[in-house]
Amino acid sequence: MSAAITIRDLTVAYHHRPVLWDINSTLPASQLIGIVGPNGAGKSTLIKAIMGLVPLASGEIRIVGEPLDRQRHLLGYVPQRGSVDWDFPTDAFDVVLMGRYGKLPLFRRVGQKDRRVAMECLDKLGMAAFAHRQISQLSGGQQQRVFLARALAQDAQIYLMDEPFAGVDAATEQAIIILLRELKAAGKTIVVVHHDLQTVPDYFEWVALLNLRLVAAGPMREVFRGEQLRATYGGRLNLLTAIGEEMVK
Amino acid sequence: MDANLLYVVSGSVLFGISAGVLGCFAFLRKRALMGDALAHAALPGVCLAYLLTGGMKHPLLFIVGAAASGLLGSFALNTITRRSRIKEDAAIGLVLSVFFGVGIMLLTYIQHQPLGNQSGLDKFLFGQAASLIGRDIYLFGSLALVVLIAMVLAYKELKVIAFDPGFATGIGVPIGWMDTFLTVLIVLVVVAGLQAVGVVLMAAMVITPAAAARQWTDRLTRMLGLAGLFGATAGAVGAVTSALAPRMPTGPWIVIAITAIFAVSIAFAPRHGMLPRWWRHARNATRINRENILKTLYRLREDQPALTPTIDLLRRYRHLSVGRALRLLQQLARMRLVEQGGRPEEWQLTPNGIRAAESLVRRHRLWEVYLTQYLQLGKGQVHADAEEIEHVLTPELEVELEALLHRPRLDPHARPIPYERGGA
Repeated sequence: MSAAITIRDLTVAYHHRPVLWDINSTLPASQLIGIVGPNGAGKSTLIKAIMGLVPLASGEIRIVGEPLDRQRHLLGYVPQRGSVDWDFPTDAFDVVLMGRYGKLPLFRRVGQKDRRVAMECLDKLGMAAFAHRQISQLSGGQQQRVFLARALAQDAQIYLMDEPFAGVDAATEQAIIILLRELKAAGKTIVVVHHDLQTVPDYFEWVALLNLRLVAAGPMREVFRGEQLRATYGGRLNLLTAIGEEMVK
Repeated sequence: MDANLLYVVSGSVLFGISAGVLGCFAFLRKRALMGDALAHAALPGVCLAYLLTGGMKHPLLFIVGAAASGLLGSFALNTITRRSRIKEDAAIGLVLSVFFGVGIMLLTYIQHQPLGNQSGLDKFLFGQAASLIGRDIYLFGSLALVVLIAMVLAYKELKVIAFDPGFATGIGVPIGWMDTFLTVLIVLVVVAGLQAVGVVLMAAMVITPAAAARQWTDRLTRMLGLAGLFGATAGAVGAVTSALAPRMPTGPWIVIAITAIFAVSIAFAPRHGMLPRWWRHARNATRINRENILKTLYRLREDQPALTPTIDLLRRYRHLSVGRALRLLQQLARMRLVEQGGRPEEWQLTPNGIRAAESLVRRHRLWEVYLTQYLQLGKGQVHADAEEIEHVLTPELEVELEALLHRPRLDPHARPIPYERGGA
């Protein structure tokens, strides 16, 4: 399996307090990868480190064998929905259009092709009818779809998604998972920070269990076991143990 | 209009446009207060330029001095927020007061010096547009123009860093540089408005047009256009006032003008304004009250078909004053949903009214069935919730609900659910 993202000796600290310790891992290409762990485990920080949004205290990250600076165009990013102010004066279409900005040189304006792609991406997430809706007038699930459409518009090889399933309705959750599988089928790598342990076995084929350190990483069936989940969640786990055991059978 | 007034007006208008448009980006990037700090930070530079050149009053010197100390202020601001645990709001307060304090000290010192031609330096405090002459206008005006052009060029970068800085970094927008760029533009706008507005009230021209424009629109391009227009209007008002009363500082007039625009915006703007919002709220409340009256009349008719209800009877079920109840009934009568009975205080539903009431009662009772069946709520708990839902349930949802529940005949209180019988 070829490597999409290689992480070596990664440590990240906020105000001298480490939030990720000595992470070594190789995330394989063309897989649906779940980053799983409890609150405060550093899941989002790992995604941000890969995107180059937080300074690394030590270590290095390579994207398809090269440093980030040369590979940004390969990455598509879905930040947490709560990370932006949705009262911004713009509509859904315009937000998706931002996904094209990375393809344009500095100071160049968007063209017809970019507009067409943005509309297609909105349509793909069932949001074409809401293209010109002010973004604060969208439901949480719709806002999440807009963010996904924007990532699609980036036309990337590797998608990094920070909690895309958080606080969305069931229909959106389904729409997202279908999209993720389509992307995977098209050979893309998708890395998803995920909270809900129950759905982990259904959604992902490859999992990284994280709790400040990397507890385990590998194919779903090898990693998602009781003892490793316990190590990740510090024993606060009963029902989950059962699910893990189920998976191994 | 004499030639100089024309100069002064066009200079102030140009400044107003660029301050308004730039203000939108600062406002959306949540950096609105930075304009205030950087404006105050410009004062010591102006004074130093004057002192170092032994009292020369060429506008270019002031521009260089103001820009230099403005940039120094922004550098201080940046360093404090990055290198210490002090947050931006406190850092802005520190930089603003220190630089302004030094500026006032220098200004006082200059005023006690025997240098010639020292009068009028204090116009940089509160602005004196009338003192602008042709040469100044070209300089200050072209600064404003430079800022405008820079914003047009960097439109998409400024927009994406304001909306989603994390994503912007992800797609390779050099966010540190863009923030520096924004800061430099703010310094330039401050310098451009130095003589027209003065440093003390400059913040109003950066923040207020954007805040006013935001009330009118949900589109960034329109917001930019409106903020430019509002800034221009305020600039023109200031310039004209200054021409009519040349010894009067311009800054306060500009602030009054832009604040008036802001007040009108926040009160009357169609979607976000306070009055239209209040009006929509009141209309909605009235509609709900009318619907409740229809429903109550229907319930009374269900229980005692022979009786024609009076206002007093209605008021036993609905907390309404006599006057309000009467007004609502008259509205309903105009909509041909109710009519007066045999006596003036008696009111009854028309066939149309019965149909309207039936659809409300149907939604109410369907919802009660749904809550008891699907959420296992006791039938005593569901009435209050249904009271609210009946006013907002859409016809599509109603159809869905009806199908989901298999068109129940009775509600949890064993009252019949009326389907389309048309008042028969």
